Amino acid sequence: MNTQRIGTTALRRVAGNPNSFFTGNVAKIGFASHLNTQTRQVATQKLTPVDGDAITAKQRLVRPVSPHLEIYDKKQTWFGGSAWQRITGAGFSGGLYLFGSAYLVAPLLGWHLESASIAAAVGALPLALKGGLKFLLAWPFVFHAINGVRHLTFDMGWGFSRNTIISGGWYLWGASIVGGMYLAFFV
Amino acid sequence: MAALRSSSSSSTARILASARPAFRLSAAAPVRGFAQLADGAQQSQTATDKPAKMKTFQIYRWNPDTPTEKPRMQSYTIDLNKTGPMVLDALVRIKNEIDPTLTFRRSCREGICGSCAMNINGTNTLACLCRIPAEDQAETKIYPLPHTYVVKDLVPDLTLFYKQYKSIKPYLQRDTPSPDGKEYRQSKAERKKLDGLYECILCACCSTSCPSYWWNSEEYLGPAILLQSYRWLADSRDERKAERHDALNNSMSLYRCHTILNCTRTCPKGLNPGLAIANIKKELAF
Repeated sequence: MNTQRIGTTALRRVAGNPNSFFTGNVAKIGFASHLNTQTRQVATQKLTPVDGDAITAKQRLVRPVSPHLEIYDKKQTWFGGSAWQRITGAGFSGGLYLFGSAYLVAPLLGWHLESASIAAAVGALPLALKGGLKFLLAWPFVFHAINGVRHLTFDMGWGFSRNTIISGGWYLWGASIVGGMYLAFFV
Repeated sequence: MAALRSSSSSSTARILASARPAFRLSAAAPVRGFAQLADGAQQSQTATDKPAKMKTFQIYRWNPDTPTEKPRMQSYTIDLNKTGPMVLDALVRIKNEIDPTLTFRRSCREGICGSCAMNINGTNTLACLCRIPAEDQAETKIYPLPHTYVVKDLVPDLTLFYKQYKSIKPYLQRDTPSPDGKEYRQSKAERKKLDGLYECILCACCSTSCPSYWWNSEEYLGPAILLQSYRWLADSRDERKAERHDALNNSMSLYRCHTILNCTRTCPKGLNPGLAIANIKKELAF
């Protein structure tokens, strides 16, 4: 009789005693509510694609957009060759328009923007200031020129391996700074 | 009756023997599953040998149940000696043991499903393929994929991404039946063109690393979808090349790519979306 009882309890344990299963669950629920776990009822409903889109649009009104520029790898976002290609290019074309229009209205306003007077004005500056000013113009020029060639190779489908992209980016910065310095101080 | 009893008692002994370890485990921790408990016991043994190696993870939190609360960063410190080598192991451990409300997607834990794509220390990658930078004392920062709508914590809303994928008709389109009526055959060279394209798991790491996609995601398809486009353009069996070209040949779908190449740098599978896009541009130009 005794062995029989032991046998049944053992069988229950092996087969997954329903009682212990439920008590386990009770413990789980108690544990979960203690940690303030959220519980959601599982329920599905049929929706047309249009209704689904409407729900998504409504949810997007409250959903935040995850951070992007401020958290992405600074080496790729802030030192990206492509972004600086656009910045230097836009700066140069903007500068060209500014200078061009200033040159046009200079006679009317009595400004002296002829090459000779600009050269004389810059020549009178101390060397560091003169070089610095020239570097401000020379660096974007060299950067845009070198990176322009780099983008042409990209258009040909060359230089797309990960290592080439990463090292090419750093070479671009080094070469443009060296080239800009050369143009600023030795030309 | 006696025979029956003796046989039942012998089987009882066997059942008891097999039941004992299971019973002990469930008694020790009624809440947790067996595998986890055994794992934990083993780990605590090895942990006593080494000094604790604490590492702090800062994780982006936002709860849709309190939408007016701003997203915040929450810090969790865990012992790396008790944790697996990958960031996903750390996340699972944090969810299991510190904060069950932490929400993230995960499934295969081996870089096949693409569920656990997230931004780890500034770069998009799969948490299951990203080692925890153990030597680095700095805190590891984990964000959801950049410039996506956040569903909760690290879960982004990829509805648009999948819609764009659907829009490129990512399946074989052909009218001509195969010559032998069985299968569409390819030469080895033709099949080789699909290498590096078919492996894409659509984890959206590359698309959400692309600043151009951040600003123009409504119209620009993004690197992942363009790589998939090229996968079907490069397939010798597909017969809708002209239509596929036409669909891409506008100012937004393809040409918002400015070869920033964050996509190629970030791809956790080592694929080259940048090159695929360049190849599409070449096909359209020549």
